[in-house]
Amino acid sequence: MAYLPLKRPKFSLLDRLYVVELVKGLGITLKHLVLSLLGKSRGKKDFNSPSGVGVCMQFPEQRWDERLPEYYRGAPVLVRGEDGRERCVSCQLCEFICPARAIKVTPGAVEPSASCQKQEKAPAEFEIDMLRCIYCGMCQEACPEQAIFLSKEYLITLTDRDRAVRNKETLYRLGGMRKGLVNKWNQYK
Amino acid sequence: MDAICNWCDALLSNPIWFYLITTVLKLVLMFAVILAFVVISVWIERRVAGWIQDRPGPNRAGLPLFLLQRFGSKEKQPLKELLHFFGIPEGSCIAKLCQWLRFDREIPFFGLIQPCLDGGKLFLKQELTPSYVRKAYFIVAPMLVLGPPMVAAAVIPFASSVETAYGSISMCVANLGIGPLWVFAISGLSVYGLTLAGWASNSKYPFIGGMRATAQLISYEVAMGLSVIPLFMMFGTLNLQEIVQAQAANGWTLLPLWGEGLSPQRWALMLPLLISFLVFVTCVFAEANRTPFDMAECETDLVGGYHTEYSSMKFASFFMGEYAAMVIGSAIVVTLFLGGWSIGFGADAALAGICPWLAVCCQFAMFILKLLAFIFFFVWVRWTLPRFRWDQVMKLGWLVFLELTVANIFLTAAVLYFVK
Repeated sequence: MAYLPLKRPKFSLLDRLYVVELVKGLGITLKHLVLSLLGKSRGKKDFNSPSGVGVCMQFPEQRWDERLPEYYRGAPVLVRGEDGRERCVSCQLCEFICPARAIKVTPGAVEPSASCQKQEKAPAEFEIDMLRCIYCGMCQEACPEQAIFLSKEYLITLTDRDRAVRNKETLYRLGGMRKGLVNKWNQYK
Repeated sequence: MDAICNWCDALLSNPIWFYLITTVLKLVLMFAVILAFVVISVWIERRVAGWIQDRPGPNRAGLPLFLLQRFGSKEKQPLKELLHFFGIPEGSCIAKLCQWLRFDREIPFFGLIQPCLDGGKLFLKQELTPSYVRKAYFIVAPMLVLGPPMVAAAVIPFASSVETAYGSISMCVANLGIGPLWVFAISGLSVYGLTLAGWASNSKYPFIGGMRATAQLISYEVAMGLSVIPLFMMFGTLNLQEIVQAQAANGWTLLPLWGEGLSPQRWALMLPLLISFLVFVTCVFAEANRTPFDMAECETDLVGGYHTEYSSMKFASFFMGEYAAMVIGSAIVVTLFLGGWSIGFGADAALAGICPWLAVCCQFAMFILKLLAFIFFFVWVRWTLPRFRWDQVMKLGWLVFLELTVANIFLTAAVLYFVK
């Protein structure tokens, strides 16, 4: 294979003496120091950083929440359709694909009270261990029913390991309703 | 009462007791200053690092007001009540200043509590000694790192001498005639700690770290010793107190603007002295194992270097030893090149004429100020320069600095001989 020898830059004597370049570097860092102390750091305006020194957001007091992008990957949750139907059909694809093995689905029969009886299964229990979850979004990718989504929830602080496991009820409560009908189980369509 | 006074008088009149008491007092002061500076330099390091990287650095760790429920919770806004109490209108300069200083959220200490909390955390952490280490050496090593900088500090003068009714007090713990040699000798000992730590850890990366520390110390100790010889040729003494007194009278080494410092010979000496300064400061960086020369704990190739296997307070003593070495390095640079405790421009003699104790206090403050400035420089360089490669470090030490310093000695001799 042909290769191209990379031309290294030739340094002048002044560069090789190192001292001048060192002073230049010190100047750059000093400029950053002074600017951040004056609250005029570069990029502060674009960032719309509300406070203090540098371009930092003082986290607990100030939050990014409304500026989180659409593609933000937070905690995974289960969703219901517009018709109130629980979308999950307990196919367990998310459980199999989960690289961290955070998801545990226990398949069960469809409850008689459910609005749609055509599907074969429904989750009797659906648990996500938030201590294992790595927020990769593979479950969302794998789900054929658009039933599991990554929400924008990122502040998951626990006082107890046992509370880290979220059950089906919690997941549906956090997920809420998702727009857009999935009609494949509707027998009239 | 009179009896006690008489007893003290008699005690202080005895030269041996006078010497002992003053020395112990000076020792305590020196220790307090160094330990305080270790803490403060950690704070400076983190804070300046933050500012240089466009972030605030550690600014929390205040006393949160919710601890003081009694005085008003966060919701009740104790700041507002306080301002109201003193009749200061909201929106005035003072109120805004208070808000900028975060008085409304917690009682801040500008993050100064952070190093103390770090220390507390390190105390409470699990002390883990791996089963495969050489226990005795493993335990001795951290002490060997922390000890030498403290001992080396003994010869550094922090103020001029003072005449009292009982005798003269020279404001340095040990007024030795071999000041700088003592510092070099003792601070060179601290590398035994690093090597021993690397060796006793019985693990590859610490071992390489310890070896690197040794090689680096040997390479730079030579250049360090040679680089200050022009200085001693100029001052004609090795006593640090006398060197600083000469600087106070005749201009600092790098700022000869008063006294005999204005002579052509002194200005002709500026070139060799500048070279000395550059080489010496670089060697101090290398000796203190600071970036760009922290090859011994170069985390990109050595995990944690010589302290990889250490945890808890043993690790903390390495950490403190490193910062103590930095403080002592700064102190010796300040003493040799930047006038030590001298205020400069003839102010020392004038102040001493008014009141010797006032002069001593001012000189001490000046010394601390210079020390702080140089520590800031240390930190500033750390966050500017990337780390050298190992072969570059060795090349710089043996092929550049050694030759440069030897040539510099001859240059100084020539200037001293030919320029009058």
